[in-house]
Amino acid sequence: MANIETPTTLVLGPVLFNWKPEDWRDFYFRIAEEADIDEVFVGEVVCSKRSPFFAPHIPEVVERLQSCGKRVVLSTLGLIMNKREMESVRDLADDDQEFMVEANDISAAALLAGRPHAIGPMVNVYNEGTLDYLAERGAVSVCLPVELGKTALASMASHANARNADVGTALEVMVFGRLPLAISARCYHARAHKLHKDSCQFVCDRDPNGMEVETLDNEPFVAVNGVQTMSHAYTNLGSAVPELLDMGINRLRLSPHHGVDMVKIAALFRAIADKQLGEGESDARLAKLTGDVTFCNGYFEGTAGHTYI
Amino acid sequence: MSKLELVAPAGTPAALKVAVDSGADTVYLGFRDATNARNFPGLNFNRDELEQGLLYAHDRGCKIYLAINTFPEAGNSGPWHKAVDDGAAIGVDAVIVADIGLANYAATNHPDLRRHLSVQASASNPEAIRFYQEAFDIKRVVLPRVLSLHEIVALNREITVESEVFVFGGLCVMAEGRCALSSYVTGQSPNTNGVCSPACDVKYKDDGERMVSRLGNFTINAFSPDEAAGYPTLCKGRFISGGETSYLFEDPVSLNVASMLPELADAGVVALKIEGRQRGKAYIAEVVSTFRKAVDGVNSGEAVVSDNDLSSIAEGGRKTTGVYQKTWR
Repeated sequence: MANIETPTTLVLGPVLFNWKPEDWRDFYFRIAEEADIDEVFVGEVVCSKRSPFFAPHIPEVVERLQSCGKRVVLSTLGLIMNKREMESVRDLADDDQEFMVEANDISAAALLAGRPHAIGPMVNVYNEGTLDYLAERGAVSVCLPVELGKTALASMASHANARNADVGTALEVMVFGRLPLAISARCYHARAHKLHKDSCQFVCDRDPNGMEVETLDNEPFVAVNGVQTMSHAYTNLGSAVPELLDMGINRLRLSPHHGVDMVKIAALFRAIADKQLGEGESDARLAKLTGDVTFCNGYFEGTAGHTYI
Repeated sequence: MSKLELVAPAGTPAALKVAVDSGADTVYLGFRDATNARNFPGLNFNRDELEQGLLYAHDRGCKIYLAINTFPEAGNSGPWHKAVDDGAAIGVDAVIVADIGLANYAATNHPDLRRHLSVQASASNPEAIRFYQEAFDIKRVVLPRVLSLHEIVALNREITVESEVFVFGGLCVMAEGRCALSSYVTGQSPNTNGVCSPACDVKYKDDGERMVSRLGNFTINAFSPDEAAGYPTLCKGRFISGGETSYLFEDPVSLNVASMLPELADAGVVALKIEGRQRGKAYIAEVVSTFRKAVDGVNSGEAVVSDNDLSSIAEGGRKTTGVYQKTWR
């Protein structure tokens, strides 16, 4: 059943790239003060080696976001390989529960069980059985895997809405930005620069939207972001938003990018969600805001993820 | 120390017999559908074939593990549940699962059916493994190939379930079960369809100077006449970044850690897994018998460091100890 009464929650996912720490801080300050966004995710998800750069700025960023009325969720690492990385999650899970925390690895979901928490798109929630299991352990929002098409999303949403009287778990879909496609123990940024991971010189900071990777025929292919591999194309589910809302999926995630105005992009998605735009208008307006960027929506349409239909 | 168990793949009833006859302690296999991560045309087992294969194996003291290690489709969990039910009814020695919902289904409905955690669950730390153990009574974890030997040693000190590692065959360089590259390019992925870089999307094109291999709409590699044209597994392709052409993610190598078996045994690993349910009988026979000898050496305490040469049948014709030695660090 259409979930008209529930207002749309616009979510800003965590910054996935290795931006200059001051740029990172100022980005969030501007989001806090200017963006029409309900919930903002903060924290390093991709590489624990980057965390020390951002850690000093997190308290002021969180404070600014909260004082401007944004809900803050603290994001955790996507791939947890050692004790130090596990401790960083444990610290947040053991905290005084002041903040909502997003699990991006199943270990984090396990540590957060029993308290309300968020599940990020890198945890594999492909079906109702898994959704139910995590919901019963306190997942209040689940950002679904990028691979899921509209048939799967509709099925998950109808299931979640039917049982939300008992366990309120809101579903979320990423609607803008480069898709996180894979994560590895290896760093491809370092490898491309002929460096070892342990002495990477943080070369991933040279590509604030990821490093372009082309095929041998010079066709754009994917983007490398340290240990993460992302889509070359930016997902754009703007025209699918009405369908998502009709399914009862009312959390829409925008993934931050550099060099585009995320405040304006958020405003655009708000207008789409509020049904203030005519058909086809959203794509043209988003294209204007993003410039030389390729869009994709293939996953939503049930086909190859890179395609745009 | 308990003896190392050699776990061999089988994609067909004939391969199963070869694996058993070549000395496998266990054969792992899947049903002929999207419930397993090697859902290739002409491969895998129907229910009758599994029953026959299981009899053949059990008569010879060999166990059968059933891989149901893809992620059930939303709104359509039936085939996955039925695979678990049928595996239990037929009497497999364990099911190998990755999905939380499916693990829960198996634990709830078949508490006596032994459950192993697939590598596709990407449980790369003690907390993740303990979660599956406490929640679904998982008895064994197949460790991700992202871990180094040191990390395997450290992990085994902190977990109380058995651990199994890959010792030979295809090598995923991304965290397993967390890679959507294949579906980005083709629409089909390991998690949802049980395939990576599916053959139906592969094209080879001779453009006069080079043999070009393509997957979907993308060129994955190109070979000069003196190079052997490899299969376009997309993370093993050649790409351009920053003006340089390279095997950006990984060279076309396959895993072979035969020389590290004593260290793996010392680390507390109980089972060694050979990848390749999609490979033919010759591969199974050669790899399984070679590893049988190496494992017997370790089990008898002689700990002969095996310097086997399986390169002729390795993917890409080259081998690597992979992440276990972390040369890329």
